[in-house]
Amino acid sequence: MVFNEVIPNLGIALPEIVMAVGALALLMVGVFSTADKAYRLVTNLAAALLLLTAILLITQVGGERQVTFGGMFVSDGFAIFTKILVLIGSGISLLMAERFLKEHNVAKFEYPVLVVLATLGMMAMISANNFLSLYIGLELQSLALYVLASINRDRNRSTEAGLKYFVLGALSSGMLLFGISYIYGFAGSIEFDVLAETLASGEASVGVIVGLVFLIAALAFKISAVPFHMWTPDVYEGAPTPVTAFFASAPKVAALALFVRVMIGAFPDMLHEWQQVVIFISIASMFVGAFLALVQTNIKRLMAYSSIGHVGFALVGLAAGTQEGITALLIYVAIYLTMTLGAFGAILSMRRGDGMVESIHDLAGLSRTNLPMALAIATFMFSLAGIPLLAGFFGKWEVFKAAVNADLVPLAIIGVLTSVVGAFYYLRVIKIMFFDDPAPAFEGGAGRTVSLVIGVTAIVNSPVSFLLISPLTVAAAWAAGSLLY
Amino acid sequence: MMYKLIVFLPLIGFLFAGLFGSKFSDRISQLVTAGLVTVSAVLSWMAFADVALGGNQYTVLVLEWVSSGALSFDWAFKIDTLTVVMLVVVNSVSALVHWYSFGYMEDDPSKPRFFGYLSLFTFAMLMLVTSDNLVQMFFGWEGVGLASYLLIGYYYKKPSANAAAIKAFVVNRVGDFGFSLGIFGAFALFGSVMFDDIFASADQYADYYINFLGTDFHAITVICILLFVGAMGKSAQLGLHTWLPDAMEGPTPVSALIHAATMVTAGVFLVARFSPVFEMSPTALAVVTIIGATTAFFAATVGLVQNDIKRVIAYSTCSQLGYMFFALGVSAYGAAIFHLFTHAFFKALLFLGSGAVIHAMHHEQDMRNYGGLAKKIPFTFAMMTIGTIALTGFPGTAGFYSKDMILEAAYASHAFGAQYAFVLGIAAAFMTSFYSWRLAHLTFFNGECRADEHTASHAHEAPWIMRLPLVILAVGALFAGVVFADMFVGEGRFAFWNGALVTSVGDVLDEAHHVPFAVKAAPFVVMLLGFIFATVMYYKVTDIPERMAKTWDGLYAFLLNKWYFDELFNFIFIRPAFWLGRVFWKKGDEATIDGFGPNGVSHAIAFVAARARKLQTGYVYHYAFAMIIGLSLAITWFMVTGSSH
Repeated sequence: MVFNEVIPNLGIALPEIVMAVGALALLMVGVFSTADKAYRLVTNLAAALLLLTAILLITQVGGERQVTFGGMFVSDGFAIFTKILVLIGSGISLLMAERFLKEHNVAKFEYPVLVVLATLGMMAMISANNFLSLYIGLELQSLALYVLASINRDRNRSTEAGLKYFVLGALSSGMLLFGISYIYGFAGSIEFDVLAETLASGEASVGVIVGLVFLIAALAFKISAVPFHMWTPDVYEGAPTPVTAFFASAPKVAALALFVRVMIGAFPDMLHEWQQVVIFISIASMFVGAFLALVQTNIKRLMAYSSIGHVGFALVGLAAGTQEGITALLIYVAIYLTMTLGAFGAILSMRRGDGMVESIHDLAGLSRTNLPMALAIATFMFSLAGIPLLAGFFGKWEVFKAAVNADLVPLAIIGVLTSVVGAFYYLRVIKIMFFDDPAPAFEGGAGRTVSLVIGVTAIVNSPVSFLLISPLTVAAAWAAGSLLY
Repeated sequence: MMYKLIVFLPLIGFLFAGLFGSKFSDRISQLVTAGLVTVSAVLSWMAFADVALGGNQYTVLVLEWVSSGALSFDWAFKIDTLTVVMLVVVNSVSALVHWYSFGYMEDDPSKPRFFGYLSLFTFAMLMLVTSDNLVQMFFGWEGVGLASYLLIGYYYKKPSANAAAIKAFVVNRVGDFGFSLGIFGAFALFGSVMFDDIFASADQYADYYINFLGTDFHAITVICILLFVGAMGKSAQLGLHTWLPDAMEGPTPVSALIHAATMVTAGVFLVARFSPVFEMSPTALAVVTIIGATTAFFAATVGLVQNDIKRVIAYSTCSQLGYMFFALGVSAYGAAIFHLFTHAFFKALLFLGSGAVIHAMHHEQDMRNYGGLAKKIPFTFAMMTIGTIALTGFPGTAGFYSKDMILEAAYASHAFGAQYAFVLGIAAAFMTSFYSWRLAHLTFFNGECRADEHTASHAHEAPWIMRLPLVILAVGALFAGVVFADMFVGEGRFAFWNGALVTSVGDVLDEAHHVPFAVKAAPFVVMLLGFIFATVMYYKVTDIPERMAKTWDGLYAFLLNKWYFDELFNFIFIRPAFWLGRVFWKKGDEATIDGFGPNGVSHAIAFVAARARKLQTGYVYHYAFAMIIGLSLAITWFMVTGSSH
């Protein structure tokens, strides 16, 4: 109908629309409320907004795959699953931020608004079904993140982090656009569905492949895969810790989802080509994540390398290119989200009289000064290392299984070997906590929200995960299934 | 329920002492463990009445254990006469030893640990004797091995105790290896590890052969011999006996419980349990006979010259176990178990009695420093004498019934090796009598006490809590034979064993009742001779031993050094093993595997990491450069390999 072509079906994008309107409304609220109350009020409202969006998303569960905005926007199980993960990541990292920001005098109401806008960008990315909408979503996200990284603008490290991130992000955006233009030039479309059809028939030209490589490079930058990872440790270390926690959770999930969406949605028949690149960056990420973390003493840098390594493991699932592989990737990402939020919750609790501390050796003897926290961190570390019985093991198990079933045995073996190397530095943290002479105890407590997050994520990662893994698998399989329609 | 209680009460005791022992006073742990084992013991006698006398049999399911393909077995108790006999022996002796230890371990600083170990041992032993399949038995088998290791090394500050514990463990590993091979073999052949299945289907496999290295071996014989190797380790038979004398490093109550009455009889129990299978392999039986008889003889000869009171009894145990085995070998299963049963009483009595002597003499164990103690500790002297006459087989005592039965059965049997066993058995009986009386003379008579002034003057009778167990055991040592002889080996045996052992009319036990009188009298005669020789040499003309030792110094040294078994093993196995181990350790592990493996890899990793870290300069243009390089590499890769599918 003519009518439909003029006004697209907005219902499909309702969660995004609500968020967009909500973000602007929050900005108004922030401006018009008193300065000392603005942060808290806007944060709470932002959290409520994220929750509302999640509820709206959940109401869409079970629906068919739908497209709107002339095919630019797609809503399917995969989008819903990953968006909910993103919302969880954003919401929790937002709620954990308050105390830190207040102590560092950066508790401004713009912070939650920026988080909401970044989240909106991520949701747009995830639902992108066209390179234009992809780019818009990606830039909306990135711009918000650049600002967040440097939000503590009185501190050199923070501004440096923001600037580095911005410059390199601009470079990657350039690569992205360059790749998109190549693809458009050689394949004749920027719509994923059309591209998939076009490329299914006949051989892909060199031009498309070059475009694809540029595209992958740009996406790899967003997920901080090697060799496009180098910004990560600096930004993670320099940015305020709540921002780092946010970076490590929601954008990671969104970027991985986008990566999967583009590869599976637009280039399903070029699996052979992109698989080679994905395998390469996966292996490189696993290696760098494992080896470079060994020499880190700052726990935020350690987590940066850890996240690089984990992206490598998640990409093993994508490299498989099968539904099983995508399912595994989603399971991996969901579990990674809980581990990383918990670990950053713990880092946010590392506080002494003269402010936050970030060295691994500040954790020394924690088991004697604060046993529950030491146990929680031990759980996260064991889980990150992929020790059986803990949640992290299931994620690794699933991706390696998928790789083996997709005849990528060497990749799985390399993955296992690097996770052995990786286990070293996770275990080292545990050793420091339990066997070294105690450092002075942390002071001031973690705050209710952070403690709650640490507690819940520790339980989720503990062997209790046996109970959660099968519903998660069902949901992930459903999400992955909708992608491959 | 009763059987579960019997088995699990000691476990509860162990857990209590182990987990909460330090929370309460030592006395609580002692009372709990001893009390629970005593309840177990009482229940065991009730079980004995029900099963052995009442003729019932049960299988008690505890829980389903393994169900994996063809391999399926439960955690279950097989309760038949053989089991309840063992239950009675294990729990009775264990309970008495628990109570006895109240006195003996009075000055020990870590009593809960000791009592916990004792209860742990008891539980494992019960697990072993109640098992209804080989795997569960193996669990108990290893459990008693562990408890034995812990108890031998109980005085862990003493290097010799640690060495003895390790030796016991390692030597038992050899036997256990045979045992586990036997289990695998049994599963491979019979397709089951359940006793009932194996015994029911054993006949069908009489003609099966196992091909190994191009030679066919009779399958059942192989399995039986492998199982017997396991039995040899646990029961200290020749070749694998070396750990038993050293095990005397443990506290004396442990020696009484584990290294005399119960654990060392596990091998006898195993062969008896498998009597339906052993019956099908004369070769395996002959092996059992020869090893058993040789052990009986060998250990007795060594016992002649030992000076440590506990070592004499240890070699005596070894020797008596040899008797049990050759009884098994000539198919006199009832006689073997009967001897096991009576031996438990008098050997525990001797050990606990010697414990009382050691207690009196301030932990002096060398008999050359004893002497004339009959006047100082008359009660202990009386008890030891009862143990000695029972061991030597004085008519009417327990040992008389069981040992003579074994010797008669050996004479009556036509099996290969039976005559050899009979001759050596008689010789060993002579020596048993000799060294037992030698022990008695050296300890209780033989002039005045040779210990130093202080020890001698303070020699005192043990407290009543140590004496009471001795009395109970003495009653057993005196009367267990006459009361139970008919059931175990007499006309009543068919109803008594009720299929738990292979028994048939006209079997070797029947024939044993009709041997010539000379044969029946022979053990008594040699026993008397042994007594006379010992009395002459150690009571009347006390310089004879010294002169004999000088005259036959080679033989004396040979015996004193236990036939040089330890030295032989040291030369053949231990030193090459150490050499090999050192080569593997230094050259293989440290230089090769560690060098290139963990250490090499970790050095390499540290090296790589340190280098790679340098790439992380902090400069944006370096980062951008890395991105461009990565991109170029990927594109170059496609340019080179071509783009086609």
